[in-house]
Amino acid sequence: MVNEVDINPKTRGDMPKTSYSKPTIGSMGKTGSWRTFSPEINYDECSKCRTCWLHCPEAVISQDEDGTPHIDYDYCKGCGICAQVCPKHCISMVRDLEKKEVEA
Amino acid sequence: MKTMLMSANYAAARATVSARVEVVAAYPITPATTVPEQIALLSEDGVFKGEFIRVESEHSAMFACIGASSTGARAFTATSSNGLLYMDEGLHWAAAARLPIVISNINRSVSPSWNIHVTHDDSMSKRDTGWIQFYSASVDELYHTIIQSFKLAEDERVLLPVMVNADGFVLSHTVSTFDYLEPEEVDKFLPPYNPPHWKMDPDDPVSHGNIVFPEHYQEFRYQMHESNKNALTVFEEVEKEYKKLFGKYFGGPIDCYKCDDAEVIFTSQGTIGAEAKDAIDELREEGHKVGNARVRMVRPFPVEKIRELASKVKAFASFDRSASYGFGGPVANDIRASLYHTDYRPFVKSYIGGFGGRDITVPDIKEIVLDTVNVVESGELGPEETWHDLR
Repeated sequence: MVNEVDINPKTRGDMPKTSYSKPTIGSMGKTGSWRTFSPEINYDECSKCRTCWLHCPEAVISQDEDGTPHIDYDYCKGCGICAQVCPKHCISMVRDLEKKEVEA
Repeated sequence: MKTMLMSANYAAARATVSARVEVVAAYPITPATTVPEQIALLSEDGVFKGEFIRVESEHSAMFACIGASSTGARAFTATSSNGLLYMDEGLHWAAAARLPIVISNINRSVSPSWNIHVTHDDSMSKRDTGWIQFYSASVDELYHTIIQSFKLAEDERVLLPVMVNADGFVLSHTVSTFDYLEPEEVDKFLPPYNPPHWKMDPDDPVSHGNIVFPEHYQEFRYQMHESNKNALTVFEEVEKEYKKLFGKYFGGPIDCYKCDDAEVIFTSQGTIGAEAKDAIDELREEGHKVGNARVRMVRPFPVEKIRELASKVKAFASFDRSASYGFGGPVANDIRASLYHTDYRPFVKSYIGGFGGRDITVPDIKEIVLDTVNVVESGELGPEETWHDLR
């Protein structure tokens, strides 16, 4: 016998032949935990121009019918692109720690 | 089935028509050039009905095949030597992504020195990529092995790419008759490819080749290893069915000739194995009990078949048209490794030669086999490795 290893053990029973995934929300868990800085929108200044929604690489910015943006903090990684592209400069990046201190 | 007269490269091109290949992506390199050239001509004439993609390099050729195969298309390419090596990353990729691509590699020496003739160094250096490897000895065998390779590659128990090798010029440009099968005939043997697990489809999107952490990477590789070994069993089935349908059979993973009562068996890969039959006939006439075992399948390595032969013979004269530099003949070493944990102890003499297209003819093979016959008679192994016709 060339090889005595059990080639179909239960531990690999449903394992695919190669790695692949289907698009689902949060397949890697709540990736918002990777964030150091959180974007905060100043809604008084926001012109609802949708620029942040368009540029968000994680597609975590949704909008109301009138264009009001909302950030899903469960998956926002805090890259800061929305803050950079905002023409009204009304998105600020706030260190999560400071935020927690303020809240405390 | 009808008889056609063509070079091996043209016959390989015809195999893509017979097997209803859907995508060919290839870049020209001597001596493989006339394979894609002929497919392009057949495409222009409407005989080849798939897509022919003219890419800018062999690296792109392999990755275009990977893309095509990922969508469930039957994909094929052809190359040689440096072209095959330029595909290297893609070769590993295709195997681990479990894509049943078939490549016809027309063996050519690797440079430098610049040489367009046959050495098996190009494909032998790729034997650890996970690809199944065949070496062919005739136009007919190359043509039919390509068709069989799709069936083997697409079998769920295997699901790996296959490389069908042919000696540059010696076979690739040799014109010979072969039995051509119309695609309508092949249909009953080779159904359309339907990926069993996933495919790239905009209506049902998947991401493949994803990141895999240390917890699982090894298990994917292990599955690849097992599936590669499965090819031995599956190929047996494939050949049996093919023989039943079309009456064509080329001898399994190791094509044996006059081996039954042989004391010394000559092993080799590619066209030398065909030439060797004449040498064996002459040696038999001279009273030597010798046989010829042409190793058609190098990966997976036919370990059990080697052991079966080893149980009966006194010596192997193993001929490699390539070298694992610093360790010797790749197939000779595989034969030795296959026997270590058995009780069979035939001499395994390794002969290396025929590089850069240097002819290996009947007198060369007779000289090699007789050298091993002398080992059996004297009981003295002599050198473990001999570079044949070394100046």
